[in-house]
Amino acid sequence: MSGMQHSTYTPKSGLGRWVDARMPLPRLMYDSFVAYPVPRNLNYAYTFGGILSLMLVLQILTGVVLAMHYAANSDLAFNSVEGIMRDVNQGWLLRYMHSTGASFFFIAVYIHMFRGLYYGSYKAPRELLWILGCIIYLLMMATAFMGYVLPWGQMSFWGATVITGFFSAIPLVGDWIQQLLIGGFAVGNPTLNRFFSLHYLLPFMIAGVVILHIWALHVAGQTNPTGIEVKSKTDTVPFSPHATVKDGFAMIVFLFIFAYFIFYIPNFLGHADNYVEANPLKTPSEIVPEWYFLPFYAILRAITFNIGPINSKLGGVLIMFGSIALLFIVPWLDTSKVRSAVYRPWYKLFFWIFIADVVMLGWVGGKPPEGIYPTLALLGAVWYYAHFLIILPVLGLIETPRRMPNSITESVLEKNGGSAHPAGAAAAPQTKG
Amino acid sequence: MSAHEAANEAVDGNRRDFLYIATGMVGVVGAASVAWPFIDQMQPDASTLALAQVEVDVSSVQKGASLTVKWRGKPVVIRYRSDKEVEEAKSVQLSELKDPIARNENLPSDAPATDANRSVPKREAWMVMVEVCTHLGCIPLGEQGEYGGWFCPCHGSQYDTAGRIRKGPAPENMAIPKYEFTSETVVRVG
Repeated sequence: MSGMQHSTYTPKSGLGRWVDARMPLPRLMYDSFVAYPVPRNLNYAYTFGGILSLMLVLQILTGVVLAMHYAANSDLAFNSVEGIMRDVNQGWLLRYMHSTGASFFFIAVYIHMFRGLYYGSYKAPRELLWILGCIIYLLMMATAFMGYVLPWGQMSFWGATVITGFFSAIPLVGDWIQQLLIGGFAVGNPTLNRFFSLHYLLPFMIAGVVILHIWALHVAGQTNPTGIEVKSKTDTVPFSPHATVKDGFAMIVFLFIFAYFIFYIPNFLGHADNYVEANPLKTPSEIVPEWYFLPFYAILRAITFNIGPINSKLGGVLIMFGSIALLFIVPWLDTSKVRSAVYRPWYKLFFWIFIADVVMLGWVGGKPPEGIYPTLALLGAVWYYAHFLIILPVLGLIETPRRMPNSITESVLEKNGGSAHPAGAAAAPQTKG
Repeated sequence: MSAHEAANEAVDGNRRDFLYIATGMVGVVGAASVAWPFIDQMQPDASTLALAQVEVDVSSVQKGASLTVKWRGKPVVIRYRSDKEVEEAKSVQLSELKDPIARNENLPSDAPATDANRSVPKREAWMVMVEVCTHLGCIPLGEQGEYGGWFCPCHGSQYDTAGRIRKGPAPENMAIPKYEFTSETVVRVG
């Protein structure tokens, strides 16, 4: 990892020196997760990267075990999942860990992404780091969607029908692409088989991109709430014990909430219709995706009218995929030289309006598209696009930022001097530098 | 050894370029021909295609009744419409339709959505139709809704007795598959 400080790793044992001369993996680990300098003012919003790594490992672990009891065949799938729930020892727990785990994975990734947007983490020189994160997010969405199809309930089947139906909106080749995806003329056994195969594959691809993501992070170094780059040694603390302990504490709190959902309300984030076996001849009264897709589902359904040669169906699909594609170019849409929203009064306001807009879209996405809801969805979608395409570029040009401290150390000392609040629990004991 | 020495002395640039380009092209063709089986295996397989045609005995279907068969994994409704239903569908002007195209695979793709164009000649009373809503793929309920045709419970699309979209979010009339009456009582769909 080229951007890092000179390595301070010194193997203590003979075996350590022997390994170090041949394949210095322990040195890489030491430099990346022990001695690695992190800004001293990181707050708890910065602990979600660690939480996400933990969730990925947990999902792979529970997933591999569930696959041992699951049958990827449209005649057997639903009953094999019921078998996991009733017959397999601890099966109910493992499955609830996996299904609730997917939701908590998304809770963590959304906080992680909003943190990046709030503190301007995507700005130079971290554009690639941000884009790698967007790729992970896309892979996560694909994995989650295919995983939701596997229990072969009514929502699985009809969700797959609706989502693969997006592709039929593409002119000329749309139907061919849709048939290629589902391996037939309607969702069926071939679809289930390939989705299972890909659902097993994609998490390992995510793990690969996560390694690239961490690599890019360690080249540029972490940002921090002030958005000021590290300038001297007093601005940082070593990763261990400071970040390890803080990340660990955040993980424990996160896992407490996760465990509450697993043990007390495991189906709260799911849909009851998925406990009815898939029936290709009967549609549930309302098809809704999992909660973490609802804002995009609302954007999809916001277009109920034809726009010139683009019909309403294709228009909806385009603006939905466009709303995700926008994330990739955020580093170039934001023209402000100041990173953090802490010093950008207007951006801070618009950031929270954006959050409210996304939450509103999520709420509308779960409602039937009748009455006031399509209008709300359209307004929300327009605001979503305006935030990225108008507000972000224009604010950077007209906004007057607040006075910024000269360094991270200065901001920490100012804060500690001014009030009783320490800037960060981990950083506080290190004021002597 | 003289050939070896000659090669060292003068490199033939044209010959080298030709070799580069030729190797590269063979490589591209090779990569594409290896990639194709990996893509092709995703397409509907032989057993799925074998179901692409079904023959249905409709001798038991009385006027005003219908039956549903599964074709390519989707429900196809075969309805012997009552005289009243045919009259209602015939009386509709093309200008009243949201989608004026017949969507009938037995006809050219721009045929207008008249009632006659929603069936095959001499069998106008019979509706053979893929019973899938053109909005988001739900299955509408028959003999319901404001127009006495089909009503989709998902998002409230209303179809008339010829399966044409009249109201709601669906963009198109329900699809008519390729079909023919192979005898008085047998319909072949697909």
